[in-house]
Amino acid sequence: MKVTVDEDKCCGAGQCVLLAPEVFDQRDDDGIVTLLDPEPGADRHAAVREAAAVCPTSAIELIE
Amino acid sequence: MSVEEQVLHYPIPNDAALDPPAEWERLRSTCPVAHVTLPSGDRATLLTRYEDVKQVLADPRFTRQLTAPDAARLSAEGGLFNNEMSQIIPDGGEEHQRWRRLVVKWFTARRMAAMRPAMTRIAEDLIDDMVKRGAPGDLRADFGFPLPVYVICDMLGVPAADRDRFSYWSDTLLNLTRYKKAETEAAQGEFFQYMSDHVTARRRQLGDDLLSELIAVGGPEDGGLTDLQILVTGMALLVAGHETTANMIGKMVSMLLADRDRWERLLADPSLIRTTVEESLRFDANSGFGLPRYLPEETEVSGTVLPRGTTVVCSMAAANRDESAFEAADQMDLSRSPNPHLAFGAGAHSCLGQALARTELQVVLEVLLRKLPTLELAVPVEELEPVEGLAVGGLRTVPVRW
Repeated sequence: MKVTVDEDKCCGAGQCVLLAPEVFDQRDDDGIVTLLDPEPGADRHAAVREAAAVCPTSAIELIE
Repeated sequence: MSVEEQVLHYPIPNDAALDPPAEWERLRSTCPVAHVTLPSGDRATLLTRYEDVKQVLADPRFTRQLTAPDAARLSAEGGLFNNEMSQIIPDGGEEHQRWRRLVVKWFTARRMAAMRPAMTRIAEDLIDDMVKRGAPGDLRADFGFPLPVYVICDMLGVPAADRDRFSYWSDTLLNLTRYKKAETEAAQGEFFQYMSDHVTARRRQLGDDLLSELIAVGGPEDGGLTDLQILVTGMALLVAGHETTANMIGKMVSMLLADRDRWERLLADPSLIRTTVEESLRFDANSGFGLPRYLPEETEVSGTVLPRGTTVVCSMAAANRDESAFEAADQMDLSRSPNPHLAFGAGAHSCLGQALARTELQVVLEVLLRKLPTLELAVPVEELEPVEGLAVGGLRTVPVRW
């Protein structure tokens, strides 16, 4: 799995960080997403898929 | 069926406080772009399908310029969406993004995690007080309402002791039918003056609250906000922090207690709290007005051309029950995942405080399950009554015993 995020689209809802804190974080100065792990291990795939599915601005793209 | 053939009154009354109107299913399947009449008498176009609502909320052509001369008024008295103050915060583009990023950093997942122990203490204290007063209690007045109010007051650095005034001011902005125009205007004037005085005081002596930090950034030339934008941001957050989560707490707990199996399942497995909160948000059939949008240019939705000047109302609650988006949409499934509901809207304007709301709702369940496992409704579920006229739906009281 390869993960990419679109910082311009991101609205800082924080769902991805709540679901997969090992993969996503938010910048302190504007709440925008940062990617901690662009190729997460298999044990995190379910959480990352859920994060992508519920992102309110569809700012998370997955290639599987 | 043509959209011209019928005109519904909107909001559509719920048959029972926790159940969706039967009309939703008919609208989604046969009339997804429906003409409706608002409480003001003005016409609007109602969307009820998941895909349509999600697309429109995320589409910048559907603006929030509800103060346009030909935009529908929600109520004869105006209110939140038609209020000129709502136009102070930038509607779109880079200006909106800049505003959003200055404020949303206060609502990050990490900040919410840091606030969680304090929220838990507030929740425990409120429950202890309710228990001391004895059953039956009113979960709305004793718990659901004060918890988010204490939290947002703390974030804004305004005294929670003034909460009765905030509640009244919020209600005049969010209630579409209850107040006369003069009452609403007087209340908004007082609210504006209060927040103006508060911002002035903070400017003299900065604290560690959200408004102080917005002031500290500087004006627009420093990448910050104007004085008026800071003031209106404070008002908007205070109103948003009042009715929305407060009402959701009462509705969520009522939905869970209405079917004892749900409550028992959570008691047996509290790891379901997170997905239960999301499912409660999706399943909430009494979430209020929905979100209005205004079309400055002709646009098409679901194959229907909407002329310029159209006001569209997105019913997220109806969309959240759409079978084409959610399997067994009329069933409350506490482990549903993923759950891409639209309770917080969608797109660049989706709810700024959603991480706060989620955290509060999770804390509520965690504390209630732990401290009051025998909690139950003190009235039959059919006797729960919805609040009338409020843009944000809720229950008048939630009588409980334990």
